[in-house]
Amino acid sequence: MTDSKYFTTTKKGEIFELKNELNSDKKEKKKEAVKKVIASMTVGKDVSALFPDVVNCMQTDNLELKKLVYLYLMNYAKSQPDMAIMAVNTFVKDCEDTNPLIRALAVRTMGCIRVDKITEYLCEPLRKCLKDEDPYVRKTAAVCVAKLHDINAQLVEDQGFLDQLRELLSDSNPMVVANAVAALSEISDTSPSPAAQMEMNQQTINKLLAALNECTEWGQIFILDALSNYVPKDDREAQSICERVTPRLAHSNAGVVLSAVKVLMKGMEYVGMESEFVTTLQKKLAPPLVTLLSSEPEVQYVALRNINLIVQKRPDILKHEMKVFFVKYNDPIYVKLEKLDIMIRLATQENIAQVLAELKEYATEVDVDFVRKSVRAIGRCAIKVEQAAERCVSTLLDLIQTKVNYVVQEAIVVIKDIFRKYPNKYESIISTLCENLESLDEPDARASMIWIVGEYAERIDNADELLESFLEGFHDESTQLQLLTAIVKLFLKKPTETQELVQQVLSLATQDSDNPDLRDRGYIYWRLLSTDPAAAKEVVLAEKPLISSETDRLEPTLLDELICYIASLASVYHKPPSAFVEGQALVVRKTQLPVRSASGEPGATGATESPVPQQAQPVQQQQSVIPSHDTAMGDLLGDLLSMDLNPPQQQMSMTPAPQQDMGGMDLLGGGLDSLLGGPSPVAGMPASQASMGGGLGDILGLGISSTTYVPPKQVWLPAPKAKGLEVSGTFSIRQNVRYMDLTLKNNAMAPMGDFAIQFNKNSFGLSPASALQVPSPLSPGQTADVTLPLGTNGPVQKMDPLMNLQVAMKNNIDVFYFSCLIPIHLLFTEDGQMDRKVFLATWKDIPDSNEVQKEIANPNQLDPKGISDKLQQSFIFTIAQRNVDGRDMLYQSLKLTNGIWVLAELKIQPRSPTMTLSLKTRALDVIPQVQQAYELIIANM
Amino acid sequence: MIHSLFMINSAGDIFMEKHWKSVISRSVCDYFFEEQQKANSPEDVNPVISTPHHYLIHIYRENIYFVAVCTTEVPPLFVIEFLHRVVDTFTDYFGDGGESAIKDNYVIVYELLEEMLDNGFPLATESNILKELIKPPNILRTVVNTVTGSSNLADTLPTGQLSNVPWRRAGVKYTNNEAYFDVIEEIDAIIDKQGSTVFADIQGVIDCCVKLSGMPDLTLSFMNPRILDDVSFHPCVRFKRWEAERVLSFVPPDGNFRLISYHVGSQNMVAIPVYVKPNISFREGGGRFDVTVGPKQTMGKMVESVVITCAMPKVVLNMNLTPTQGTYTFDPVAKVLTWDVGKINPQKLPNLRGNISLQSGSPPPESNPAISVQFKIQQMAVSGLKVNRLDMYGEVSKSSPKKSFTFEKYKPFKGVKYLTKAGNFQVRT
Repeated sequence: MTDSKYFTTTKKGEIFELKNELNSDKKEKKKEAVKKVIASMTVGKDVSALFPDVVNCMQTDNLELKKLVYLYLMNYAKSQPDMAIMAVNTFVKDCEDTNPLIRALAVRTMGCIRVDKITEYLCEPLRKCLKDEDPYVRKTAAVCVAKLHDINAQLVEDQGFLDQLRELLSDSNPMVVANAVAALSEISDTSPSPAAQMEMNQQTINKLLAALNECTEWGQIFILDALSNYVPKDDREAQSICERVTPRLAHSNAGVVLSAVKVLMKGMEYVGMESEFVTTLQKKLAPPLVTLLSSEPEVQYVALRNINLIVQKRPDILKHEMKVFFVKYNDPIYVKLEKLDIMIRLATQENIAQVLAELKEYATEVDVDFVRKSVRAIGRCAIKVEQAAERCVSTLLDLIQTKVNYVVQEAIVVIKDIFRKYPNKYESIISTLCENLESLDEPDARASMIWIVGEYAERIDNADELLESFLEGFHDESTQLQLLTAIVKLFLKKPTETQELVQQVLSLATQDSDNPDLRDRGYIYWRLLSTDPAAAKEVVLAEKPLISSETDRLEPTLLDELICYIASLASVYHKPPSAFVEGQALVVRKTQLPVRSASGEPGATGATESPVPQQAQPVQQQQSVIPSHDTAMGDLLGDLLSMDLNPPQQQMSMTPAPQQDMGGMDLLGGGLDSLLGGPSPVAGMPASQASMGGGLGDILGLGISSTTYVPPKQVWLPAPKAKGLEVSGTFSIRQNVRYMDLTLKNNAMAPMGDFAIQFNKNSFGLSPASALQVPSPLSPGQTADVTLPLGTNGPVQKMDPLMNLQVAMKNNIDVFYFSCLIPIHLLFTEDGQMDRKVFLATWKDIPDSNEVQKEIANPNQLDPKGISDKLQQSFIFTIAQRNVDGRDMLYQSLKLTNGIWVLAELKIQPRSPTMTLSLKTRALDVIPQVQQAYELIIANM
Repeated sequence: MIHSLFMINSAGDIFMEKHWKSVISRSVCDYFFEEQQKANSPEDVNPVISTPHHYLIHIYRENIYFVAVCTTEVPPLFVIEFLHRVVDTFTDYFGDGGESAIKDNYVIVYELLEEMLDNGFPLATESNILKELIKPPNILRTVVNTVTGSSNLADTLPTGQLSNVPWRRAGVKYTNNEAYFDVIEEIDAIIDKQGSTVFADIQGVIDCCVKLSGMPDLTLSFMNPRILDDVSFHPCVRFKRWEAERVLSFVPPDGNFRLISYHVGSQNMVAIPVYVKPNISFREGGGRFDVTVGPKQTMGKMVESVVITCAMPKVVLNMNLTPTQGTYTFDPVAKVLTWDVGKINPQKLPNLRGNISLQSGSPPPESNPAISVQFKIQQMAVSGLKVNRLDMYGEVSKSSPKKSFTFEKYKPFKGVKYLTKAGNFQVRT
């Protein structure tokens, strides 16, 4: 007899039959019917139609039936809130029942029904249950507070449940304490309000420590986690907490063990570094950690991720336990990779022979990922343990002899690192490496090989031939930078034979490439070589800093933070929770390890220093050491000028300080001027001091406020043409009002006043919405910034060029005329978001002849999300987004003030500097402007 | 805490879901399926997966993925341990935790899950307590229930949940009082080609079957407790006495339970009871296979139930072998060779030899396959651990001194068995 019988259906509707049975008089039949309903529910069938019938069965003495009905209620109350109210009375009655089991069950179930109306009725019974004489009811009620908080946090705070919960921390029953701790920590995890935080003082800590020994294993996990957030007030308190937590290391539940490890790891920070206590404690930590590695693979994985942190923080703990990290062939791959990582961290001069023998064994396994990582590990050993470098190199050579393609490639990558760590030591093997040139098809390996050839060009007879063969594949983007640098190195070393080659690569880099990095580097080399070859030699062939031994150590501050999160998800990801947990009040967690005052022990380390380096890392004192990165790319950046170390986007951002940015500004200004066509006679003239400042100010402002894109101010009316008045300006939208922002400068000798402004008829009916407010008089040399709100209801006349605006400005001296171009995005309206369906219809409706396509630049290679966000700020709305063959398509709409709709389709190729913009509109005249607007907005993100 | 649980079978069907808070759509499992696709074998799926809004933590047992969904930062080991406990409970209730067992007992599974977790917080996970709340299914009871109209659910408060000994229920009574202890040790080892030990350690457990009336208080002492490197105890063991006197003092749960698991580390020399002499070679189109097993340090005991398995490289087409004893099978799909050797006779060492044929045209494999060995040795604990004596004191219950489980005098049957077997015992070739 199994439950599968509940799934058999009959011909007559199932629901109908169940309904009959539920209303049957016979108890037994009723129960069977409820069981059938539950069974259908568990497999996802909709039995919500039976709600009233099931609820009718609730008033019963039969506990099993009651439980089943409760199960049903929890599932469907949300969809039938009005019906659920019917159950409230029974709940309230049950909360008064003499049987504590029923009281607990009622309050527990009520908390699971996520319906507001029920929640209101829950408060009173809950308050009683929190003070119930029976601990079973109290512990259930404690959890119920957390449930209620999840549904309605404000209610919980208002009703004072949090205080009641805190009182339970000193309950006489350890199970109640544990549940109160669990509930409180969940509440404080999800709630930013300070009222929800768990305050810890010595009394609570003592209560928790007392409860720790007697509650269930799960309760122990919660209590230990809470303990780890407590900051002990002195050495002695820390020590006593550690002493009382240590027995938990002998628990059979791996979760308890690891949470205890966390408390101890943190506790040790508060006890003096050199103290004997820490030494003994460290000894006690090793065996339980080792034992975790003989549990289920999932447990092993979490344990290994944590051990990875622990060995970085306190390498002493596991220094004799290398062997337990040896890989078994049937370990899951995720365990294998973690073990490998830890083996390298534990490798020292004493055990390196063993480690290498193991790694060599692994390098012949089947799993490609694992083999690669093993080969890489051999390289890391060589870099870490100098005495073993020679052995590692010969092991790597053996592996290269196997000719297994991916092994060879991986080996070449690590050998490059070894060369960088021990220059002029192992170069004799270069010839062996060169034999394997043909088999290299991965970018990393090719890049490494190119680097080696370039670096040691003088020792390789046919270096030019080798590099030339690589040059045939120059279009492969991943190795271009390496190849360029390598050929320049070769040229500097053997100038006579390689002139042709270097010219070839320089022209390829500077003329045929779209990659700005490559082009820039090409130009730098070119100029260096053509102006001062000696300097070029100094720059390109400069002594390179050695790479550091521990290539992928976590940063000490991050490590310290993660130590506080041992046993949590953060320790598995090796990222602080702020980096991946959404919308949580993490600020309040006390995550800092103590910063020790220098008093007493000057050697004591604090939060920012890593512990005293062990003998295992002899290279750390070298200041100039830069970390080597995993990809060869990163390594080689150091080759160049220090400028290359800056990520490229930094040069794009418009900070006012460095000179090259001013240059950029000039270009931009010039570009905009030329857009004006004829009317402005100053196009190309260097912008004056004032307008420059204004432009920069605007751009800075742009960075802060996220309004629409505002082009930098331009000089519209130069001083010589207006008897000393210089007018520069731009257009902007703020809070849906369009403005003309003007800067007036008095370059004349006499004060100016009585300013007024007027617009000629224009294509979009733009007109001043109020009078021009200029502080008057404008004394000589003074500058005034004024803003002029604009309306769009003025007289309309189509202009040529379309966006041209003719302006007349008057002051006490004369009337001046100038014209400027309105950026079209000034006219985009905030109601430009088309409904999806309308969009589709309109798109089809507009003839294809009205579609114009254009490649526009995406210099920052923004992702679709970034683009769409940015465009939206300028009232270009994304209607839909699709991904077709790896390209993202954005469908967008915008509306102009005069009611013209423009529809757009934006094709974005990932990692491409350009994208395709197709525009469709009935008024073709605006298309060039809209295209420009797109380019401007995107380029200025 | 744990928000939801999905059970996914090997075909990728979500055949059971349970939500302890609001309902989370099944589509969250898509992230899991994505990871699963990347993995080479079912065991290789990374147990902790992060998605934009949830964390998926899963275990793989009985060919089922048990996927827990969490929305807040939780200790992953808590989730993993809990999931294992869930499967253990199913196994305990239904005999096995497989898909068909779960499907056959849907309602009980649902009730169990509801009872084990409340709002994501563990409620009752001790099998003793659960069995008081929800009775395990059996045919006799089903018959009785239908006749008498009584139910599977108890309507009393589980006593153990509130007492200081939550693992034991009150009022236990047996006519035959007995306590049996099995000391079981597993050797994990990696042996290299030359036969020398790369790594070896011992994982030991003492599993008990205690059926004693009343509230007995037991003390178990060892001849040589110092050899244990690391111990983890059942919650019933009094840690203080272990620290002070190195004896195990405890009030046992009723029935079967694991008293202690321990670890004898790689610092100590581990006696390796068997050796394997492999001789495997590949050449173009085929190869030779020749493996001999023999006893090593067995302290005069017989090595039994020896099974040799070897996962051959993918290019192996078939194997044609002759064993001197036992039987062998080669699974041509999974490429696994299994040789059931049986007992090892030290006078006549078992040997398996013959030819390997490879897929034509494919190059011979680069490396030789590893061999894994199973064996059992009765009446020996390889670490040398020995139980000294077991003492029993009947305890007077403080809460109700007049009830039936007051001090009871009886003499239980006691017994200790030793067993050594291979854990993860691998020989490289």
